[in-house]
Amino acid sequence: MTALEWVTGLAYLIASTMFVVGLHLMRSPASARRGNLLSAAGMVLAIVATFVYAAVTFGGNWIGWTALAVGLALGGAFGAISARQVKMTDIPQLVSMFNAVGGGAAAAVAFADFVHRIAESAATGAGEGHIELTVSIPIVLDVLIGAITLSGSVIAAGKLQGIIPGKPIVFPGSRILNVLMALIAVAAGVLTIVLPPSALTLSVLLVAALAIGVLMVLPIGGADAPVVVSLLNAFTGLAVAMAGFVIDNQAMIIAGALVGAAGTILTLQMATAMNRSVLSIIIGGFGTGDTVA
Amino acid sequence: MFTNLALFVLSLLVGFEVISKIPSTLHTPMMSGANAIHGVVVAGAIVIAALADDPAGYVLTFIAAAFAAANVVGGYVVTDRMLKMFRKPDRPAADAPKAGQK
Repeated sequence: MTALEWVTGLAYLIASTMFVVGLHLMRSPASARRGNLLSAAGMVLAIVATFVYAAVTFGGNWIGWTALAVGLALGGAFGAISARQVKMTDIPQLVSMFNAVGGGAAAAVAFADFVHRIAESAATGAGEGHIELTVSIPIVLDVLIGAITLSGSVIAAGKLQGIIPGKPIVFPGSRILNVLMALIAVAAGVLTIVLPPSALTLSVLLVAALAIGVLMVLPIGGADAPVVVSLLNAFTGLAVAMAGFVIDNQAMIIAGALVGAAGTILTLQMATAMNRSVLSIIIGGFGTGDTVA
Repeated sequence: MFTNLALFVLSLLVGFEVISKIPSTLHTPMMSGANAIHGVVVAGAIVIAALADDPAGYVLTFIAAAFAAANVVGGYVVTDRMLKMFRKPDRPAADAPKAGQK
């Protein structure tokens, strides 16, 4: 273990502790704001540590760093401006959009790592470029979950905003289409793992997962949308943890798993508070809770 | 690898334990706060930026960076904005309509 790896690991440990304590403080109104700020400070630490580690260890080139800098500047500006200017009543749909892009980012990280590994093995001519299961399985899960949350959260935000009708949207054959997409996703996922790695099967998985996200949220009533946003939030946590496995980043594994679990508990509590069960919300088609389909 | 799996499982358990019963007025801020934490995916964008050496890598780096930055910056700012509303010590009843409570 090099000194840099040691320092990075220590920084991740401190950052993770700050995330956990921050979430803990958010349980009561009096300390909630402090908790959020503590968690934000942990985030700054984790990001700086990752930047130093990646720059020193991998080097990279100026195009990659420029793409990163421009992306961070544009995304960060969009996030800060929309978060400041949004009307208080429109906050849930904005959170849903932030959740959508988080899932998309996790899927993009896995996709980039996959493409990089293919190119690397082609350059060195090392066999057919087999990717070990401990990496290929998280890549597949990450793209699947990340893409579902990306499209699902956009639809949920649309329902909250009123762009998409709040009433459950069910069309003839939607269940069959759902099953079909699930089968395609499973087949593409399995083929990505067992065949020599190719971007084609992973792309098919990506498209099928995007369709599943849309089909999953469309039949859900607008009144249930906040619970669904919370559930998709937990999904994104898991996608980020999977991305952490892919690139061997402990901060992402810890924070992702933390959000995945905490988000699930939160979803159950939100559903209970609204006198709904998560299962009946997901099965959907029951409207706003007072009618039987 | 096994260390990572252990970290994953133990973090899940911590996540389950760290949230006990919370007041329903805090559901939306809590969700938003958790949403900001998974913005740590920006670390992933940094790593793939360092590894990128072809057009596909650059494009995916840009997408991941823009998405992740929106998630992490927007997530923390909007959560803080929501939580500012709770700083009214003379009125702790918190029955006032809060954003997102439907």
